[in-house]
Amino acid sequence: MVVDGIGASVKRKEDLRFLSGRGNYVDDMNRPGQAYAQFLRSDQPHGKINKVDISAALKMPGVVAIFTGDDFAAVGGVPCGWQIHSKDGSPMVEPRHPVLAAGKVRHVGDPIAMVVAETKQQAKDAAEAIVLDIETLPAVAGLTAALAQGAPLVHDEAPGNVCFDWHIGDKAAVEAGFAKAHKIVRLDLINNRLVPNAMEPRAAIGDYDVSSGEYTLYTTSQNPHVIRLLMGAFVLSIPEHKLRVVAPDVGGGFGSKIFHYAEEAALTWAAGKLQRPIKWTADRTEAFITDAHGRDHISTAELALDAEGHFMALKVNTQANMGAYLSTFAPSVPTYLSATLLAGVYKTPAIYAEVKAVFTNTVPVDAYRGAGRPEATFLVERIVDVAAREMNMDKVEIRKKNFIPKEAFPYQTPIALQYDSGDYMATFDGCLKAADYAGFEARRRASAAKGKLRGIGISTYVEACGIAPSAVAGALGARAGLYEVANIRVHPTGSVTVFTGAHSHGQGHETTFAQLVSEQLGVAHDMIDIVHGDTGKVPFGMGTYGSRSLSVGGSAMVKAMDKIIAKGKKIAAHLMEADVHDIEFKDGKFSVMGTDKAKTFGEIALTAYVPHNYPIEELEPGLEETAFYDPKNFTYPGGCHIAEVEIDPDTGTVSMLNFTAVDDIGRVINPMIVEGQIQGGVAQGIGQALLEHAIYDESGQLLSGSMMDYTMPRADDIPNISVGTEVTLCTHNPLGSKGVGEVGAIGSPPAVINAVVDALRDYGVRHVDMPATPAKIWAMIEAYQPKMAAE
Amino acid sequence: MPQISLTVNGKPASATVEARTLLVELLRDKLHLTGTHVGCDTSQCGACTVQVDGMSVKSCSMLAVQADGANVLTIEGLVNADGSLHPMQAMFREHHALQCGYCTPGMVMSAIDLVETHPEGLSEAQIRHGLEGNLCRCTGYHNIVKAIAAAWPLMHDKALPVAAE
Repeated sequence: MVVDGIGASVKRKEDLRFLSGRGNYVDDMNRPGQAYAQFLRSDQPHGKINKVDISAALKMPGVVAIFTGDDFAAVGGVPCGWQIHSKDGSPMVEPRHPVLAAGKVRHVGDPIAMVVAETKQQAKDAAEAIVLDIETLPAVAGLTAALAQGAPLVHDEAPGNVCFDWHIGDKAAVEAGFAKAHKIVRLDLINNRLVPNAMEPRAAIGDYDVSSGEYTLYTTSQNPHVIRLLMGAFVLSIPEHKLRVVAPDVGGGFGSKIFHYAEEAALTWAAGKLQRPIKWTADRTEAFITDAHGRDHISTAELALDAEGHFMALKVNTQANMGAYLSTFAPSVPTYLSATLLAGVYKTPAIYAEVKAVFTNTVPVDAYRGAGRPEATFLVERIVDVAAREMNMDKVEIRKKNFIPKEAFPYQTPIALQYDSGDYMATFDGCLKAADYAGFEARRRASAAKGKLRGIGISTYVEACGIAPSAVAGALGARAGLYEVANIRVHPTGSVTVFTGAHSHGQGHETTFAQLVSEQLGVAHDMIDIVHGDTGKVPFGMGTYGSRSLSVGGSAMVKAMDKIIAKGKKIAAHLMEADVHDIEFKDGKFSVMGTDKAKTFGEIALTAYVPHNYPIEELEPGLEETAFYDPKNFTYPGGCHIAEVEIDPDTGTVSMLNFTAVDDIGRVINPMIVEGQIQGGVAQGIGQALLEHAIYDESGQLLSGSMMDYTMPRADDIPNISVGTEVTLCTHNPLGSKGVGEVGAIGSPPAVINAVVDALRDYGVRHVDMPATPAKIWAMIEAYQPKMAAE
Repeated sequence: MPQISLTVNGKPASATVEARTLLVELLRDKLHLTGTHVGCDTSQCGACTVQVDGMSVKSCSMLAVQADGANVLTIEGLVNADGSLHPMQAMFREHHALQCGYCTPGMVMSAIDLVETHPEGLSEAQIRHGLEGNLCRCTGYHNIVKAIAAAWPLMHDKALPVAAE
């Protein structure tokens, strides 16, 4: 009956406005009487601000006001939303992050002054007229430099530049496993620093209504309610009922638009001071030096194996770059979002991980698509491949030997998480078949005949998303709940508006969520509207990140619709003079079981708003329900990714030939959208593995600071991406869904690097750090000396 | 300040602009055609692609005064008078070739130019090479390539000579 419900590849509703240029992104919006802001930013990685001379700039045409750090002395700092405690129980070092730099600048891009002028160009011109006297201080950019003895300090209150020194797992059990091991495999890995580069640069408009005293912030955010909470409560002391945050169409996020940024607070505060709207749009250069970066971990991993190749224990030591200040979720990324996943899909009985978080004079680092899980997956899937080779085992066999079997679910890992469901053998076998793994050797020979080196790489992974059970997250350091909210408003004529706290910035929520409503209430798509991204309309919400929109936000909708149906049954029972227990709701109709008596959904809706014949004594009029859904556990998508590459030994160039993914993401609502999510994630993973790298020089200057220097994946860098799914349902949410937003970026990087290393197997190459650029590979091939390696 | 007159999406337009004003700034800020987007500052991303006198142009790399007297077509001008979509727009929707929608207008304008300038047919490799000037962070390009391959026969009113799956 429901043709556009769960499981249908419904074409996207949002496409019509995006394809015809009628999207409504923040920079497309203008408020009456608005002024424009330009931020003057530090071009120095570290320095003492002696003087900011704005006198000449103030005289420039069109200048309305110029603000500096001193103006923000009385407001709060930009807060961090997650607190980690060190091994010794002490809380992480949490230095103040001023809205505009106060006293010191700590990274290139740190804002020093905000110029407000009548036009964008006038604001830019005036910013250039500000005279800065900044005394250069020695800086640290990389992890190793920051941790070196006597290194310059980013913050005086963080000795040794250490933010926290954390650990998890059973160290004694791991040591016991190592003592009994047949072999210990050790691997040093770098997880390369990335720039998220959503195609829409960040933008914001601060607005203040003198009549109501209400502030409005229009911003490029994945979670407007979170911004309202962080900025209102912690920075500007504006109560929620006087602060509205609107995130309209947002042009991609990938994590970088989760966080509360200083510019949002500066614009909102200044709009109140100047009593007029102020608009700011980042250019791409600003995005490179202010959007939170991703990854940037250095790890050492040691895996103990018995003589048959069973994993006995895993020990990991990670250093994680936090940048100059703690961004919103930064401390959670290398810890509870990464180290807890080190079991991967394997039944390794003992795991111990240490994570040292480090301040540097670089842009803050925080969650980027996958957030911690790509780092864990890269580490585990690389060391498994190295172990297979050093144990002379087949890389398929070693994985299968160590998989958590499907009978073992729910499976308690030794490192906090309990996986609810999965079938890793099914996704693995499905992917091996889809990738024609069996036929690879013939393809390798064909490449060799052309003088090319062909390699195949496997990654079998699991990740934890659907973030998150509030009590668990709270116990782990989250300073907020992580439930989701849905309000379902059935209108008198039977059309439906869904207000969701999730936010769509490419995911197609307006379509997928409408499919949920269509499925459950039997309402046609053109009678359903999905409203998101406005704290003035949506009761509450925690937003979209951690692949949570469907499994948490969608579950809230299901719960709210359950309430709608329950109330509708009472109304129907009254109208049809039947017992409420005899009413069933199916295909958009309330009927009395065993009879032909029925009322349509629309008739019940109208009755709820025109209650002439209505059980008014026991039931309120109206048909609108709200549900808060707090998940009982994380969700655990998993699967297998297989990459096939060909290397030209003369140039070191890697060509991506094939990429095959078979993922278990639980219940699929819209297969077309799911495929697109996985393909996009895989492309970002290929970008990390082969192309992308945010490189700082020793002094703290970002060398790959523009799209001319930072290698974004282009159409001819990415192959066709074959996507398949195998489904085991999530056991603890009403939809059985697990999440799909990040799996592509989590599973793919080790598949690509394993393929590159496989292609280079005759050149004594054991490991290649990302990105596997032609220069790096060419140098490895050139450095290879057959006699020395033929041991 | 210079006064310029041009035709945009078939309609006459005029504006007073600073000499340094870019064509994309004219379109977005003065003419309120916000479908054309700005995604970078180094003419790498192609989000601002429009057609000027029938040629595909990154409107961030051209001054507004250089468009004086020109005929400019933007994403807003592609939709037919009856509200129906251009075949390229329709195929982007059919093949889920867009997610966040931000690169989409520039991608569609570039794709139309690519198809129009290749009446002899387009291989998958040619499509991928032809998209080098346009960045998309969401889709991984897979479905954009499919959409363009599917639009080719519709725009040239014939069957596609090269299969591009």
